[in-house]
Amino acid sequence: MIEGARWRKWVFFYVPMALFLIFLLFPFYWMVITSVRPDGELYRPWNSVNYNPFWTWKPTLDHVRYLFEETLFASWLWNTTFIALASTAISLVCGVFAGYALSRLNFPFAGSLGTGIFITYLVPQTLLFIPLAEIVRNYRLGDTPWSLILTYPTFLIPFCTWLMMGYFKAVPKELEECARIDGASRWQAMLYIVIPVAVPGILSAGIFAFTLSWNEFIYALVFLSSPQQKTVPVGVTSELIRGDVFFWGPLMAGALLGSIPVAVAYSFFVEHYVAGLTGSVKG
Amino acid sequence: MGQVVLKGINKFYDSVHAVKDVNLQIRDKEFVVFVGPSGCGKTTTLRMIAGLEAISSGDISIDGNVINELAPMDRDIAMVFQNYALYPHMSVYDNMAFGLKMRKFERPEIEKRVREAADILGIGELLVRKPRQLSGGQRQRVALGRAIVRHPRVFLFDEPLSNLDAKLRVQMRVELKKLHLRLGTTAIYVTHDQVEAMTLGDRVVVMKDGLVQQVGEPLELYNQPANKFVAGFIGSPAMNFAAVTVTEANGSLIAVNSGLRVKLPDETGQRLRGHIGHEVTLGVRPEDLTVADTADLDHPCFDAVIEVVEQLGSEILLDMRVGEGVMVACVEPTVRVKVRDKLRVAMRPSKLHVFDANTEAAI
Repeated sequence: MIEGARWRKWVFFYVPMALFLIFLLFPFYWMVITSVRPDGELYRPWNSVNYNPFWTWKPTLDHVRYLFEETLFASWLWNTTFIALASTAISLVCGVFAGYALSRLNFPFAGSLGTGIFITYLVPQTLLFIPLAEIVRNYRLGDTPWSLILTYPTFLIPFCTWLMMGYFKAVPKELEECARIDGASRWQAMLYIVIPVAVPGILSAGIFAFTLSWNEFIYALVFLSSPQQKTVPVGVTSELIRGDVFFWGPLMAGALLGSIPVAVAYSFFVEHYVAGLTGSVKG
Repeated sequence: MGQVVLKGINKFYDSVHAVKDVNLQIRDKEFVVFVGPSGCGKTTTLRMIAGLEAISSGDISIDGNVINELAPMDRDIAMVFQNYALYPHMSVYDNMAFGLKMRKFERPEIEKRVREAADILGIGELLVRKPRQLSGGQRQRVALGRAIVRHPRVFLFDEPLSNLDAKLRVQMRVELKKLHLRLGTTAIYVTHDQVEAMTLGDRVVVMKDGLVQQVGEPLELYNQPANKFVAGFIGSPAMNFAAVTVTEANGSLIAVNSGLRVKLPDETGQRLRGHIGHEVTLGVRPEDLTVADTADLDHPCFDAVIEVVEQLGSEILLDMRVGEGVMVACVEPTVRVKVRDKLRVAMRPSKLHVFDANTEAAI
């Protein structure tokens, strides 16, 4: 903490902090205010009475109503939730086992395999979607949620594996050895001791994976075509921007409602999440 | 029963020969301590007995059955780790019950055994707590409790007291000894602390560079060390060593170096007959040195200058310069000396040790 005169605290802490917060939160504020602004203020502000660019005196829920009544937003929300949860679950299961194996079982080339997995994470999605599109087509998965549930793990599994590897390395080896002397098989030691101890790490990996798949755009844009199959990011941008016409109110309402689940997930798990990132295992 | 036999045990890590041909018979109910500096192979040996480390060659058997290939869970052993290795997400009760649950014990039996162990260790009130709510000493007790509920054939201890503060370590050392007397289970204990080794062990195994240097009862190691390493490792403060040349004058043998000229007692002299004209290492423990007075005239003596005086209350440690070397003497607290005093120091003739200058083996 900053010590000394009171003005120092203001100059070196409160003021910079406030500027930073404004910079960070303004887009969200703009999103919220736009989503409740009546169309009159959005498109012809010079005609509206008492117009203020940063505030509105006539808040409305018309845009939200439009979203749910005139578009398939509810389906998009459900699709996104289902796809994000399913792909996160698959990636977590694989990531936890792979991370455990790579960090604990001393098999040949474990190190280089770990690096290899990380490198696959670095291949940009904008390149990877081309071969994946071919695969999705061959298996006739196009325009189904499975095209995403099965392709998202291509970037989620390396990510979860890498994160869990680091976390498992931080769990003292003796815990597992002690369990094995106590009468547990390797499998039981992992199930009853290592995984419960690694729960903060698993939660962090889960939240990250969930966010990544919730916000994913390219695969969803390429692999899904019918409006009722779309996810929130693709649905909102493709159905609410028609040609050069931007439906700003519903667009922002969709973006707002789309970001709420992620925000809730973060704030709900934030304690575990921070513990996971710092890798703290208390003995 | 819990008789452990190590026969020709070797351990290689790639090209490193970490444990070299260890042979040892540990009797039932015996408390054996492996002691040595870090990297001497003592922990590796223990881990091989536990089944946590594969054996490169040799056989380990418990009660006559070779257990080389058995998984740790099938060896009927319990181990206490240096960092306690308590399961952080389980209560003390669950920590202690885990081994029994894994072995499919009935619930009432588990409860009975955990209560029994908790009573022995005085941790009855802690059973509902989580490990992070315990002090170091309490964690240590829980780790012990987890080992004793299983009623194993052999206890393995891997430096269990190293993480405790000095006072608690002494207290737990005594409790461990009492616990062993009470339970009578065979125990193998690894430590780098020679005081723990001397006080706890029925027998002590001194290791260095993967080789067993000497196996014996604590006093045997203290009084008849097999080589210079054991002599220097066992005992605190450590034994004084001086490189000397053996010469003969007037029929008796004399050990000489730049600052030392000591007439060797006959009994030591007999052993050194074959070494006349050669260099040997003379060893004498600090507690076998006294400030010479008239009663010690026939003892081997030398002159020294005091460099540091360490008052310990029950005794005084004198750091002395002897020729080009230094020696430590442990003398009565009544001795009045000060820094830079010159004095004549006598050695107890029966307590002189001599080691070969090349092989370092005792002569």
